Amino acid sequence: MRVFVPGDAAACAVGADAVAAAVGEGVVRNGSRGMFELEPLLEIETDAGRIGFARVTPDDVPAILAEREAHPKCVGPVEELPFLKRQTRLTFARCGITDPQSIEEYRAHGGLKGLERAIALGPEATVEEVFQSGLRGRGGAGFPAGIKWRTAAGAVADQKYIVCNADEGDSGTFADRMVMEGDPFMLIEGMAIAALAVGATRGYIYIRSEYPHAIRAMERAVETARINGLLGRLLHSEHHFDMEVRVGAGAYVCGEETSLLESLEGKRGEVRAKPPLPAIEGLFGKPTIINNVLTLAAVPYVLAEGAKAYADYGMGRSRGTMPIQLAGNVRNGGLFETAFGITLGELVNEIGGGTLSGRPVRAVQVGGPLGAYFPPSEFHLPFDYETFAAADGLIGHAGITVFDDSVDMAKMARFAMQFCAAESCGKCTPCRIGSVRGMEALDRVLAGEAVAANLVLVEELCETMKFGSLCALGGFTPYPVMSALKHFPEDFARAREVETMS
Amino acid sequence: MQFEDQISGILRRHEGRKGALLPILNDVQAALGHVPATAVPLIAEALNLSRAEVHGVVTFYHDLKPAPADLPVVKLCRAEACQARGVEALAPVFEADERIQVETVYCLGLCASGPSAMVGDRVFARLDEAGAKKLIGEVAA
Repeated sequence: MRVFVPGDAAACAVGADAVAAAVGEGVVRNGSRGMFELEPLLEIETDAGRIGFARVTPDDVPAILAEREAHPKCVGPVEELPFLKRQTRLTFARCGITDPQSIEEYRAHGGLKGLERAIALGPEATVEEVFQSGLRGRGGAGFPAGIKWRTAAGAVADQKYIVCNADEGDSGTFADRMVMEGDPFMLIEGMAIAALAVGATRGYIYIRSEYPHAIRAMERAVETARINGLLGRLLHSEHHFDMEVRVGAGAYVCGEETSLLESLEGKRGEVRAKPPLPAIEGLFGKPTIINNVLTLAAVPYVLAEGAKAYADYGMGRSRGTMPIQLAGNVRNGGLFETAFGITLGELVNEIGGGTLSGRPVRAVQVGGPLGAYFPPSEFHLPFDYETFAAADGLIGHAGITVFDDSVDMAKMARFAMQFCAAESCGKCTPCRIGSVRGMEALDRVLAGEAVAANLVLVEELCETMKFGSLCALGGFTPYPVMSALKHFPEDFARAREVETMS
Repeated sequence: MQFEDQISGILRRHEGRKGALLPILNDVQAALGHVPATAVPLIAEALNLSRAEVHGVVTFYHDLKPAPADLPVVKLCRAEACQARGVEALAPVFEADERIQVETVYCLGLCASGPSAMVGDRVFARLDEAGAKKLIGEVAA
């Protein structure tokens, strides 16, 4: 009888290590299924599939192992839970099911098929496959991965690099972390396919320091991959590729691709002006593919099952699936992978189950700290890059942070400016100065001082930041600020009353 | 071990590595709890960089500290998702306790389980007042 207790950080943060210790020898530390309200979610393998037990404490373990289905914490067959059953898990197909550090299990569950096919297809056809799949950069910008890959493949150089951006700093997101902790070989395979496709021989995965579990998981997996021929000579083919794990040092801006490259080179994580594109002049001045974890993690599926199989999911120009992350004040928070096109309302109300506090949903922020806030009146919006852009928002890394009616949106707007000021790399003036001035102006609004004049100033600052910043940090901070102003003017008007009274 | 020996040991470990400065600084921070100003010239010389370049990198990253912490550090996430789950109401419990030092972090990737905190490499989530006090007690002990 196999017993599973997740080794995912979100499970460990609520006591999974102690539960695993109580189970004792032989326990499998799987990835998380992504239903964080249920963690620590212990699973027992039975003839009828895997049975789950929610919010298990170490003291529960003996009774659970003895009573099995009769135990009050039993939630039944895990795969039948509606939250999981409604999903289309392509990227997260193995996460939570396998032992993430077992390359044998990885292979047994369909792993390495993508790389094998890429080796058979050869570099050019591999790039085309990714292009045809319609896969777009999952880090936030949504740039077609195939075009990036074509550019890097076409560049002539003595050295090319693959860089995986695992600096997942957006609040409300954890999908990268879950991939690294729950299915690390998939990411290594994705990077190996990218390397083969463009002729790169070295790779780096840059992981943020706030993710110690992911760092350990990736370091172990890279070592195992090397020993087992997944790295080095790729599956004994003529293609060579090796990679190493690099750790950040607490700078949000290093999630911006050029800033990340600077950081990898051992410099201040200051943004570079583009052009030149990293695909032509990237790491150490060499052609570099830099993609987000989820982008590279989607690649093995695309190669294994074919571009069409992936592109058959989705809507419009948003093809495939998106691992959406439900976060904040939400009843059923977690990882929900589904095809593009699902509406915001379905995600928040039906799947998320509304707020955890039980109060009405007032706002959701989509796409992390640089994403727009939307009220429930916008819940008809389908999850799609273009639709969200048209609604003055963005999908970003697909984190959805839910707030109940106790939220003060003027404070959230102020926080967006504060965050930008704290994390600005300082290279460009609109971001460096604009965020500080924006924070000050919103402080005056919150204090009820010359509200109308200060809001005009905020709008002008946002305009300057949006069009004058070098990267998305300064460029997108206006999204949360302006969307808060647009959709929740009453929170700013409340301050106006203070003005009238004084 | 002497401080200089520790630094040169770290430098040796990263010899020949491309872009080694940040890994070196992370190791110094981990070994000494800070990156002392006296380490800067040693690192600069080993990497053939100017002291200004190394200083510039040290001061850029939030994780690299100019001085060691006086008290055990609790990193409390105060990003949006943890705010939505009530971290601002909980923060005073941490801030009022004189046995620990609180640092703000923006996101530990535990966004559906907040409020959350990190101590060293250990993470804690679903913190309420009782949980926060228990955590502080453990950390301060």
